[in-house]
Amino acid sequence: MNATTAMEVNAEARRILAVSISKLYASRSQRGGLRLHRSLLLSLVMRSARDIYHSSREIEISSAAQPTPEPMETSSSSPAGEQIVPEPQPELQTSEESESEDEGCEEGDITEDKENMSPTKQSRKRRGKAAAAPDFLPIKRARLEPGEERHAAPNCRGAESLSALSLNLNRAIAAF
Amino acid sequence: MAGPGGDMQWCFSQVKGAIDDDVAEADIISTVEFNHTGELLATGDKGGRVVIFQQEIENKNLPQFRSEYNVYSTFQSHEPEFDYLKSLEIEEKINKIRWLPQKNAAQFLLSTNDKTIKLWKISERDKRPEGYNLKEEDGRYKDPNSITSLRVPVLIPMDLMVEASPRRVFANAHTYHINSISVNSDEETYLSADDLRINLWNLEITDRSFNIVDIKPANMEELTEVITAAEFHPHQCNTFVYSSSKGTIRLCDMRASALCDKQSKLFEEPEDPSNRSFFSEIISSISDVKFSHNGRYMMTRDYLSVKIWDLNMESRPVETYQVHEYLRSKLCSLYENDCIFDKFECCWNGNDTVVMTGSYNNFFRMFDRGQRRDVTLEASRENSKPMQVLKPRKVCAGGKRKKDEISVDSLDFNKKILHTAWHPQDNIIAVATTNNLYIFQDKVN
Repeated sequence: MNATTAMEVNAEARRILAVSISKLYASRSQRGGLRLHRSLLLSLVMRSARDIYHSSREIEISSAAQPTPEPMETSSSSPAGEQIVPEPQPELQTSEESESEDEGCEEGDITEDKENMSPTKQSRKRRGKAAAAPDFLPIKRARLEPGEERHAAPNCRGAESLSALSLNLNRAIAAF
Repeated sequence: MAGPGGDMQWCFSQVKGAIDDDVAEADIISTVEFNHTGELLATGDKGGRVVIFQQEIENKNLPQFRSEYNVYSTFQSHEPEFDYLKSLEIEEKINKIRWLPQKNAAQFLLSTNDKTIKLWKISERDKRPEGYNLKEEDGRYKDPNSITSLRVPVLIPMDLMVEASPRRVFANAHTYHINSISVNSDEETYLSADDLRINLWNLEITDRSFNIVDIKPANMEELTEVITAAEFHPHQCNTFVYSSSKGTIRLCDMRASALCDKQSKLFEEPEDPSNRSFFSEIISSISDVKFSHNGRYMMTRDYLSVKIWDLNMESRPVETYQVHEYLRSKLCSLYENDCIFDKFECCWNGNDTVVMTGSYNNFFRMFDRGQRRDVTLEASRENSKPMQVLKPRKVCAGGKRKKDEISVDSLDFNKKILHTAWHPQDNIIAVATTNNLYIFQDKVN
């Protein structure tokens, strides 16, 4: 796949991810509650789109001369963040990163919780530092409960936010 | 014009439901089911109501008899409920109706919404007692001093009254949404299936059920598939199948163990790598599974095709029929407009020679297994003159559109036929569009 095709595929993957996220948001307010089957299918599509997004991204990066670091957006809001009220969100960290990801955490703490990471996290490839901000993700953070502070989770790697996004999808299903 | 099944010519017979285009959500038909003789036809809707039609059999021996289905009984089966613990509304939509085989004068059916199954008794009353000694005709008690003689009350005929009463309520057994119910051939038990579990009930006992399948993973984050449909074998009371969102079907034998997590057979077709796309996983999700009447085959419906499986061969289906292959290149748009999540059902005809399923634009498809022929028909108000023969329709996938063909882009994806039913003996079919029920019959019949 050359860089142009990779870019097209990348754009398509991003679009599908955006559509999927909005569907996930919409399904939360559906009568009858979250449908497990539908949520599962959405997460499968998002996972494929994410994988294709990453692989096409890597092709783009490898064929580009210099990877340029771009300003990252703040973390995407977890579509199911509010549903996970009782569960504290373990942090996603690899040894390479210094920043941590916060996905709609309702409590104030960031804890590194390597023990409770799901197996899929460990097998993920190391991300290049120059992952571009995913522009399909909503800029606003998840709505926090009144009285809770927003704590600093400034720059997040776009790639990690995607991975964490589908992880949170799993947690959404878990909480269901 | 010969069609599937030899010289079958499908004609319009009746249409039930409101005519106007403005569809009330409660009127959306969500399930259609003939009873075991075909005399009764039940529909369930999103508003939780069940409507039963009865066939008026006139002149059945004449060659061109027309069977009419008229309303027999209407009742509210389920009401909307609220789960206070989860702060969730429980929809009253009827997901499935299954008839019990008739044992006495009354008819029984099971109807289910997402969480609760109910057993309904439908009985006829055409006589009433008259001539009580102690009561007046309007029910008021007589003054005992005014009674001077004794008489025996008599039963006098009255206008037929059909009463539906809930005899059993099977509740609180499902955490997830119920997608199937199936009555066992032993006529004593039935199963109910939700996304992750299947329970076995005794029709007489409502306060407990046996869990016979549980695919919930210990860690829900590892969830990869859900149960989409389940059915008992028509003759073997120990056998049932359940389909999954991954496109597999598992056949289980209840004699093997109490918990049937280990299947006896696993039916799975290897994926065609050339068809891989973003959406290949979700279009392989099976939306319906039905045993053939003879119990030798089963049919599955996924988004684009109908597959017939021989129960003795697990490696691949024996027959595959493409319902609307022209949609394969449109999967992205169908994902965006949510149509890709539509759950189509399928059904067999009485002698298992023809199968039928629905599609979009109010089209439905029939596949003749023996003659290797298929036809596309349309349920529409335009073709609703009595006994009007349905003309086969054709969708033009691309290139030059012939006259009378309809192009893929002109299809109305809001007009979908998800539920169809075939009379168990005769060539009479019931096809549900969004809020109308069409009844067609074979001209020759």
